[in-house]
Amino acid sequence: MADLTHPKVHASWETRGYWEGAARGELVLQRCRACATVQHKPRGVCATCLSGDLEHFVASGRGTVYTFTVTHQNQAPPFAAACPYVMAYVQTEEGPRLLTHIVGVDPEAVQIGMAVVADFQSQERTDGEQFAVVRFRPAD
Amino acid sequence: MSLSGACAIAGVYEHPTRWAPDKTEFQIMAESAKGALDDAGLTINDVDGLFGASMTMGAMGIVELAEYLNLKPTYIDGTNIGGSSFLAHVSHAAAAIHAGMCKVAIVLYGSTAASNAVAIGTGMGHGSRNPWDSFQSPYGMTTVGSYAMVAQLHMQRYGTKPEQLAEIAVTMRRHASMNPVAKMRTPITVDDVLSSRLISAPLHLLDCCIISDGGGAIVVTSTERAKDLRRKPVQILGCGESVCHQEIGAPDLLTMGARQAGELAFGMAGVQRSDIDLAMVYDSFTITVLSTLENLGFCKVGEGGDFVSGGRIGLGGELPVNLDGGGLSSNHPGMRGIFLAIEATKQLRGECGERQVANAKLAVAHGTGGTLGVAHSGATLILGVE
Repeated sequence: MADLTHPKVHASWETRGYWEGAARGELVLQRCRACATVQHKPRGVCATCLSGDLEHFVASGRGTVYTFTVTHQNQAPPFAAACPYVMAYVQTEEGPRLLTHIVGVDPEAVQIGMAVVADFQSQERTDGEQFAVVRFRPAD
Repeated sequence: MSLSGACAIAGVYEHPTRWAPDKTEFQIMAESAKGALDDAGLTINDVDGLFGASMTMGAMGIVELAEYLNLKPTYIDGTNIGGSSFLAHVSHAAAAIHAGMCKVAIVLYGSTAASNAVAIGTGMGHGSRNPWDSFQSPYGMTTVGSYAMVAQLHMQRYGTKPEQLAEIAVTMRRHASMNPVAKMRTPITVDDVLSSRLISAPLHLLDCCIISDGGGAIVVTSTERAKDLRRKPVQILGCGESVCHQEIGAPDLLTMGARQAGELAFGMAGVQRSDIDLAMVYDSFTITVLSTLENLGFCKVGEGGDFVSGGRIGLGGELPVNLDGGGLSSNHPGMRGIFLAIEATKQLRGECGERQVANAKLAVAHGTGGTLGVAHSGATLILGVE
């Protein structure tokens, strides 16, 4: 598998905490102070009770592979050159499922239920933003 | 008076084209409108309800379509919830007619996806500047990849086999071989499917729908009026809709929109699964058929692999599915939900020749819009003839 440089992330004020956290090497999720729901994707309100009283917190970064696919065909650059790559949902310890890639492992060795930890790829950018893309790799 | 049976499909038309570089989307829609109105024995002057969607119509698209057709409808609905849109349009049209807001509705679809080389299944995942999309676009999420994750989970959890998914593709191709306008008509085998290249594991090339141009139209009016028209009325007995996504509290990737939409539609119609003579279900991929049949309640979740095996979903089987050959073999211009209701209508009118289901009285049509495994919509219709 060729090393993949992920396409640029675009953030709104609602979502930048996640991407800035990733740039620090942290998996940042949101928690509602009113009803304690942990949510992802980040947004301006709680998706359970619509409260606006939300906090960001640093999650453990640990999870398991919920399901995955080894992608053999994607015409869109830069993915075309990166095939085969592993796209997956990871079930985080805190609850939310994240769409992600599994890296650092032979695609044929990935299994549902495999323990994984967050892995961060910083983005080279010219717009002053410091963001990273969250992937997961097998837990040690 | 209940909505169930109050309105009927009075005319349908499936545009025969599969490759139309010389046509526009609106032109295909207009030609389809003419076909469906001729079928019903009506004219464009009778139409006062306009419904339509396509992959390129924007926020004002339905108004532009009215302009193109020189229509001044009293009811207008450009709902776009993906490929299921047209089944939702049929139910919205029935509700509007039942409420007295229009009398004759036309539902339209057109697409030149193939001749414009739109990579529907495998070309996504880059370029979006929408911050919400940034949770997908860095990962090269493709349509086929998302469905593949559903298939992987189903196989791991229930032992569903690639051969069972392949039988779905083989069955659709057999049906397509009996449809003169189907794009892919040469029969295939399970081995052909399994030896075709992997696109996104575990889905192979022949687990995926084709890409074509195409379009169609459906005319809806009151059952009372339809009885005076050219064709046998196909009554709208039940309808239901739903949205599923992967947000907080999402139960499972194997729960799809077909569950809620199907329960609503069967409930309104007051019929049982065992009463159904044929099913038309969106077959973007083989797994879509398996999961839809489970979620519509034809078998339990997890039993779909066995259910689709042994010829059960083929013509002559217990529940024939997608008699036109489906998106896997007949046509898939990107949003094929309209063809589900069109073929169901033709089957219930007994017009399908070699691929006709004998004595068909009751059909279910279920469309999935968007992407199973991410956010998707579902719309179900129960259609029947007296």
